[in-house]
Amino acid sequence: MAIKLPIFMDNHSTTPVDPRVLAEMVPYFTEKFGNAASRSHSFGWAAEEAVDYARERIARLIGASSEKEIVFTSGATESDNLALKGVAEYYRDKGNHIVTTVTEHKAILDTCKRLEKQGYEVTYLPVDRKGLVDPDEVRKAITDKTILVSIMLANNEIGTVQPLEAIGKITRERGVLFHSDAVQGIGKVEFDVQKMNVDLASITAHKMYGPKGVGALYVRRSKPRVRLVAQMDGGGHERGNRSGTLNVPLIAGFGKAAEIAQLEGREEAGRTLRLRERLRTKIQDALDETYVNGSLEHRLPGNLNISFNFVEGEAMMMAIKDVAVSSGSACTSSSLEPSYVLRALGVGDELAHSSIRFGIGRFNTEEEIDYVADLVIAKVTHLREMSPLYEMHKEGIDLKSVQWTAH
Amino acid sequence: MAYSEKVIDHADKPRNVGTLDKNDPNVGTGLVGAPACGDVMRLQIRVNDDGVIEDAKFKTFGCGSAIASSSLATEWIKGKKIEEAEAIKNVDIVNELNLPPVKIHCSVLAEDAIKSAIQDYRAKQAARRGGAPPAHAQAEAERPTVT
Repeated sequence: MAIKLPIFMDNHSTTPVDPRVLAEMVPYFTEKFGNAASRSHSFGWAAEEAVDYARERIARLIGASSEKEIVFTSGATESDNLALKGVAEYYRDKGNHIVTTVTEHKAILDTCKRLEKQGYEVTYLPVDRKGLVDPDEVRKAITDKTILVSIMLANNEIGTVQPLEAIGKITRERGVLFHSDAVQGIGKVEFDVQKMNVDLASITAHKMYGPKGVGALYVRRSKPRVRLVAQMDGGGHERGNRSGTLNVPLIAGFGKAAEIAQLEGREEAGRTLRLRERLRTKIQDALDETYVNGSLEHRLPGNLNISFNFVEGEAMMMAIKDVAVSSGSACTSSSLEPSYVLRALGVGDELAHSSIRFGIGRFNTEEEIDYVADLVIAKVTHLREMSPLYEMHKEGIDLKSVQWTAH
Repeated sequence: MAYSEKVIDHADKPRNVGTLDKNDPNVGTGLVGAPACGDVMRLQIRVNDDGVIEDAKFKTFGCGSAIASSSLATEWIKGKKIEEAEAIKNVDIVNELNLPPVKIHCSVLAEDAIKSAIQDYRAKQAARRGGAPPAHAQAEAERPTVT
């Protein structure tokens, strides 16, 4: 079978819209274009019905007990902001302490930084070399001032899946709210708000083959009933939690994406895991000095974050330009700092600069995996031939003993 | 980020990749940068008795712009007198390759690599004429130094 180029293998950044999702959305742009808040005519009723149906489908996917617990937002960044700021503001009298981890998404970390400026205290828990947070550390970090613990389901760079069930036991025991940015893991690994005692969860459609621009925040309504201070004022939509006219077509698509994830997620996870392992073993069997970043055991099935020692990540991406991937190299960002996630794992800067993240998804094929594996092996070999570091390594020079000059 | 055509051309088909004998007294070696910063360049020159760079080779660990900068540098200095090579400025490389501001450090590194290689060559020549103690020169050759 002929391979169609370019190949998209960056499914942590976003995913294509599933054709079934698109089909579900289309009528809500044209015929059923009503405002879901219009109570006086059938256009509004049809829109409201679509929104409620999507709510049910999303609630079912995450094990929520009621569709009323789903608050639609513009995406997971807004959901994270609403969860943290909304809870912090509402529970200010109860306490001012938040516990999170150093490998969270920037939507959590930067929100925490803003809250710190407003007088809140935030504990950023470390992770181990595999990227895992220790539930015991969570327990120790909780004080009588703690109002919220926020820990992601799965990391966007290294795919490490956190022990949410163990953490949820602790937060429930201590009477502290538990939020999880579940964006990367939903539909790929187990996520159940009841079983894990999650009180708030951020989700987005575009990481699960839905459209960009729509997300949700799960907000538990009983045992405990979670309260928020809305961060967007206006017409009081979403039970006063998030004002703004609902984006009905996107929400309808989100609902369909959730249904597909629920029905097919398990099988799909098995398939992407097989593809991931095929890619990983092919690469690691052929090349020396490659290092998988993060835990292989507690990992998203489609994630392969791997460092090719002595080869710089951006040069690597340029060499495999027909394959869309991403890198933890500084050169790919404007900050010139390598990935803070890899740094938190204790990965040295030189290996962080050499990291490539492959994100395998629903539409990748075995043929694509084989093509990418062969291409990567050839290009790493080629780039190493022109790497002074690889030559020095082969000569037996310990690169750590060399007096380099930072620049 | 979009790359200029010249960067892509050099990165796809780098000129003068390779290694010269670092123990040859007519070879100067420059090794600049640091792995932790994401780029290391090694540039080598072989200078004939007329002070002309008759061969230049490089190896680079770094992004496409770093590879292109060092590839271009070797192309430019080949056949030049060392004084002429020394006069190459990083802005010349920036202009030739259309490097964006975030990649200017790659051109700086290439300029440093040229200067470092010339310095190493001159140090070797001085040692040969009885300048520096040979033991020192030997140690320098064994262990890559970075300027």
